[in-house]
Amino acid sequence: MKQPNRLEHGGRIDRDRAIEMQFDGQTLSAFEGDTLASAMLANGLKIVARGFKYHRPRGVFSAGVEEPNALVHLRSGARHEPNARATVVEAYDGLQSTGQNAWPGVRFDISAVNQLLAPFIGAGFYYKTFMGPVKGTAFWMFCEKFIRRAAGMGRAQTVADPDEYEKVNAFCDVLVIGGGPAGLAAAIAAGQCGARVILLEQDACLGGSMLSLPVGGESDACLKAMEATLKGMDNVRILKRTTVFGAYDQDVYGAVERVWDHVEVPPAHQPRQRYWQIRTKQAVMATGAIERPLVFANNDRPGVMLANAVRSYVNRYAVLPGKKIVLATNNDSAYAVAADLVRAGAEVSLLDARVSVPAELFKPLEALGVQLYPGYGILAAKGSRGVSGAKIVLLDENGCARGPSKTIRCDLIAVSGGWTPVVHLWSQRGQKLQFDEQSASFLPLKSASSTLKTAGSANACGDLNQALLQGEVAGQEAAKAVTGVVGVQVNVPRLKEAIYADDWARDLLMIWSVTREDGSTDGKAFVDVQHDVALSDIDLAHREGFVSVEHLKRYTTTGMATDQGKLSNINALARMAQLQALSIPKVGTTTFRPPYTPIAIGAIAGREQGIHFRPTRLTPVHDWHVDNAAVMIEAGAWKRPWYYPEGGETINQAYVREAAHVRKHVGVVDASTLGKIAVQGPDAAEFLNRVYVNAWKKLKIGRLRYGVMLRDDGIVLDDGATARLGENDYFMTTTTANAAKILGYLEHLLQTAWTDLKVHVTSVSDQYAAFAVAGPSARDLLDAVCSGADLSNEALPNNQFVKATIAGVPVRINRMSYSGELAYEVYVASGYAHAVWKNLFKAGASFDIKPYGTESMGALRIEKGHVAGPEIDGRTTLGDLGLAGFASRVKPFSGSVLRHREKLDMASRPTLVGLEIDGDTGGMAGSLIYDQRAQQMGEEQGFLTSTTYSPALKKYISLALLRDGHERFGESVDIVNHVGDTVQTAKVVSPHFFDPEGARQNA
Amino acid sequence: MKNKYSIFSLARNALSYHQRWQTAWRSPEPKKQYDVIIIGGGGHGLATAYYLAKECGITNVAILEKSWIGGGNTGRNTTIVRSNYLWDESAAIYDHAMDLWSDLSQELNYNVMFSPRGLLHLAHSVHDMQEISRRGHSNHLNGIDAEFLNPEQIKKMLPFIELDCRYPVMGGILQKRGGTARHDAVAWGYARAADALGVDIIQNCEVTGFNIRDGAVCGVQTSRGQISAKKVGVVTAGHCSVLAEMAGFRLPIESFPLQAMVSEPVKPIVDCVAMSNGVHAYISQSDKGELVIGASSDTYTSYTQTGGFDVIEETIGAIVELYPLFSRMKMMRQWGGIVDVTVDRSPILSKTPVDNLFFNCGWGTGGFKATPGSGHVFAHSIANGEMHPIAAPFSIDRFHTGGLIDEGAAAAVAH
Ligand SMILES: Cc1cc2nc3c(=O)[nH]c(=O)nc-3n(C[C@H](O)[C@H](O)[C@H](O)COP(=O)(O)OP(=O)(O)OC[C@H]3O[C@@H](n4cnc5c(N)ncnc54)[C@H](O)[C@@H]3O)c2cc1C
Repeated sequence: MKQPNRLEHGGRIDRDRAIEMQFDGQTLSAFEGDTLASAMLANGLKIVARGFKYHRPRGVFSAGVEEPNALVHLRSGARHEPNARATVVEAYDGLQSTGQNAWPGVRFDISAVNQLLAPFIGAGFYYKTFMGPVKGTAFWMFCEKFIRRAAGMGRAQTVADPDEYEKVNAFCDVLVIGGGPAGLAAAIAAGQCGARVILLEQDACLGGSMLSLPVGGESDACLKAMEATLKGMDNVRILKRTTVFGAYDQDVYGAVERVWDHVEVPPAHQPRQRYWQIRTKQAVMATGAIERPLVFANNDRPGVMLANAVRSYVNRYAVLPGKKIVLATNNDSAYAVAADLVRAGAEVSLLDARVSVPAELFKPLEALGVQLYPGYGILAAKGSRGVSGAKIVLLDENGCARGPSKTIRCDLIAVSGGWTPVVHLWSQRGQKLQFDEQSASFLPLKSASSTLKTAGSANACGDLNQALLQGEVAGQEAAKAVTGVVGVQVNVPRLKEAIYADDWARDLLMIWSVTREDGSTDGKAFVDVQHDVALSDIDLAHREGFVSVEHLKRYTTTGMATDQGKLSNINALARMAQLQALSIPKVGTTTFRPPYTPIAIGAIAGREQGIHFRPTRLTPVHDWHVDNAAVMIEAGAWKRPWYYPEGGETINQAYVREAAHVRKHVGVVDASTLGKIAVQGPDAAEFLNRVYVNAWKKLKIGRLRYGVMLRDDGIVLDDGATARLGENDYFMTTTTANAAKILGYLEHLLQTAWTDLKVHVTSVSDQYAAFAVAGPSARDLLDAVCSGADLSNEALPNNQFVKATIAGVPVRINRMSYSGELAYEVYVASGYAHAVWKNLFKAGASFDIKPYGTESMGALRIEKGHVAGPEIDGRTTLGDLGLAGFASRVKPFSGSVLRHREKLDMASRPTLVGLEIDGDTGGMAGSLIYDQRAQQMGEEQGFLTSTTYSPALKKYISLALLRDGHERFGESVDIVNHVGDTVQTAKVVSPHFFDPEGARQNA
Repeated sequence: MKNKYSIFSLARNALSYHQRWQTAWRSPEPKKQYDVIIIGGGGHGLATAYYLAKECGITNVAILEKSWIGGGNTGRNTTIVRSNYLWDESAAIYDHAMDLWSDLSQELNYNVMFSPRGLLHLAHSVHDMQEISRRGHSNHLNGIDAEFLNPEQIKKMLPFIELDCRYPVMGGILQKRGGTARHDAVAWGYARAADALGVDIIQNCEVTGFNIRDGAVCGVQTSRGQISAKKVGVVTAGHCSVLAEMAGFRLPIESFPLQAMVSEPVKPIVDCVAMSNGVHAYISQSDKGELVIGASSDTYTSYTQTGGFDVIEETIGAIVELYPLFSRMKMMRQWGGIVDVTVDRSPILSKTPVDNLFFNCGWGTGGFKATPGSGHVFAHSIANGEMHPIAAPFSIDRFHTGGLIDEGAAAAVAH
């Protein structure tokens, strides 16, 4: 395709590198340095998208992130991306794009018939209908299907994203946001003052608004000089293609760098995007301003564009989107645009809503042949698939037509309604904005923040030299706040001649909407072009009382589209202000929410997906488990051996065999995942005495004790054994699941409640491995493998430990049993764990040692009636679990007061019981228990917590929480699985199914 | 008389260029005295006022809202509606709401867009499986629909889900009657209908204190002057503790930021609501096409409606983990609300130490779904001076007696 709108000369494109792209099957020829939008315009494409609701034809509207119209599908297959703004998509050879939200295509779109429905589908119409003739939701849901299909914008991708993303944490003294003149000046100044600076710019090039100025002018020289200065500063880091999307508490900024978004496929091992989390001491917000559109009938036609966007296309991309241009403004900034357009070869008529315009502005233009219309505005754009003319009128002070209209033929309408400073980040920090009458914009309330400074257009500073100065001062002040050094000379260039015509903030007439005398328009006049919100919708919202900004926004959906109101905000407010006869700030402003521009979800996830979604914790003997064919199970971050199938065993066969083996011979389970906390200090015993329900002050060195903790409201929190290793040195264990929670809880108590206690708590979960050796031959095995310790029953009874060595490795051997068998726990430093484990197995061969997994461990503890997670579920009390006997009656402890609240002490609470299930199928945890006689009353009596097949009892058993449980031993109950619709019967028994006297573990 | 909303009125008004629509509700000056004042113009407060007027014959009612109605959590939530809670007491109140949801649009003559598209809870561990199993069983008992799905059935409902992720999806529980509604419409629909029955909706009116005489409330101080009332209902969600302090007592409530986000809109891709407590990912798609994603509450108490970005990172990680195809979708807006959380994650509907002063709060991370039910039983409680039987178990007493209705013990968040 030829590039009919490409200028012969100029631009910041690389004419040596011609490229080709596709849009909707058409080939676009372009150059490197183009955006997709500039290429579309260069190639004379007018209709590039369709409106959201009415499917009206739309063209490129802006040249930046604020683009409301030119949203496209990018790429195909797994790298497909919806809703890409063509104005910021960097051109590359082979780029594929298509139109979206249109069928069969954007040039001809069937859904454009919606325009016929336009009278019916104004703001909030859906709240008033689709309710259906009868009660219920059926009619709505029927309609909703069609509404959903019609809504949405692009198509989501349908396969997983193949690209990688990563996260970086960065720290600096001064973060400069925005690489326009103010930002560059700030970075230079802060850097020269000695601060460590990070400068972020969303564009691929530095320069900001300077890039839209004529190539080769004085501003270019200034820009080059600044870039050169920055290049020479090794304390300034510059990141381009990087958008700061959010500002958070404690001066944390989130930014996304589009590292390889400008190519089809990122190079191998390179991330497509990188998420930066930046902690800074000071920040300078030099985020610029976005031009404001004007509102008039059919202002959405392809060929209506922002004035400075047109200037950008001319100067930066060497594209002149129209030959006969009507330029409408209410401020000074359009004058320089007009001059550039004429120089590029266009014929320009300039309409200024202001009646009197200073001579220094219009004189130079007159000399260039620009036709001037002071006091005029555009009433309507002519043309349906593109602009063919502008209907212009003299305006009164409200923007209403005064006198007859006339039509100027043109192929482009460029508009400037002043500018909106980009104050999103300021607002996100919760800082106040103040309405500035002169520039008609919400500005950062100076001095409100001590760590965030503003400079340049973000401050409504329309003059380039002024922006450079503001940047310099902000950079200096920010650096000074960090380094404390004052009076450092900095060296920021200035332009010799001020670019006088640019200062939009100097003299702006607050007219944005142009209507007929009666306030109506000649066709839809859009306030929010992307969401198809017209003036009439704002009027309707007003009529119906949706007048507060948030109501207005939500009722009409103004500002809720992907541009999040960057163009529509002030214009909507202004209309509402006019209708209510209030000033704009009286109507209010909405708070800005992150992100500033939409950011890829994948970038925020970074590499934390798949296997890295959560850290994986492996015990020191993990490899052995894998080598020995263990089937692993997730336990929080841990992977634990679930069971070790032998010869094609199922899980049920395997765990039953393993459990039986433990009761007969000896088994070892890897218990390294237990939480382990070193509790140390002179007040350690006192501390334990307060957090555990039982007494701890008299525990001797060499002993250990089972303990239970309560939440302060008296509910059971966790349990575990704690050993006293030395005078002030205790070794606590917690359940695997609660390890981190308990550590946090203990720290919390020490740091807030009992700051006087001299105790340190340190996690040593990773430092030690723990193996439970259980079974009748446990002692014989350990005797065979240990040296340096007497393990006899007399020397080492339950609840004591000894130090010993296994294969020369020091270990601690706790005598305690979870399985109910004669059992020991071997604690060993993690680095030696594998060696010790292997030695256990080597020596164990003659004792028929077998490993066992968590499933059989569960079976063994259920047989013994020990409680675990399913019973300690955050709702049960000591009494419920049959642990009340542990609680001290004399000392206070965490939870000791509230645990006696009346409902927690009630006798009828469900308590822990055992169930022997009849028949040869197991129960399902969660099934409900019914009284066999009272079932008709429909009241469930309790539920199953943990179930298993008991190899010892040769039947299915379960732990359960049952109302009046202790009084019901011997009673028969029904176990009902409502979901599977099955009923089983069971006998209520003591939860201590097996060896209740503990003969085996004390053997 | 109010304009009735219907396809016909819409057509008629189209012909007159929509010039004839009336305001959805009036903006009256506060009167000197009301029978009942409701503080807080969120969904729960508005619903309370509506049912007071509609069912209890009390129309001399004012709603005092410090900013604009529906601007609190009502306008910030992820709009998940379900009733498959564990305990009987919860099931009763949430399912009462569910019954009201299904006819709410007709009741209010306002399309609240309640759409029972099915709500799926995913289970990622044995523990999750046990939790949904127990909950499913009690749901059945309470007449609440619950279906267990295996991973293949889940894949059918959510074809793009990655079942075999870090924490593989082991199963799920489906409440077909669960779904979403349009939050703004709920607030506006109740407001319009209440207004039509004579309720005064007074916005920009912040309550700053209570007038209490002989242990009974007799009025409120506001930014727009003193207003007397025979009874006062406080429905201020995240700020309920602030109001309780004004009345001279404390509530067992902590206020946390809770965040949510939406993606850019796309054509329909997620049909049901999918929730996963295990990896913490909640997702649905709005009628506009945005993916609506809910995060977990922040770990620190705060009244700032922002919250930490770490929570968002965590949530997004989980979303990408379960739904890798959304990685390239873009997040468009992120926000937070202040949620009022009790230790048992169940609400407080209660009389208070001050006579004639009632509180309805503590809905925390999951009260949107209860809006109609909560307003309904709270209205009856205020009118009768005694808590409605469905509301009675949620009295403040339970924190004294230990009779908690613990919906949170297993999963820290109950949207
Ligand atoms: C991000 C997020 C996601 C959520 N997701 C869900 C979900 O998916 N499903 C679900 O069921 N729930 C969800 N919730 C919870 C739900 O939003 C709330 O429980 C529910 O909306 C509370 O309604 P409300 O009317 O009680 O409170 P609000 O809507 O918060 O209303 C309270 C009102 O009181 C006003 N007020 C406060 N102080 C004063 C004063 N002094 N004077 C006058 N007025 C005052 C406030 O301005 C506010 O308008 C979510 C919440 C959040 C924040």
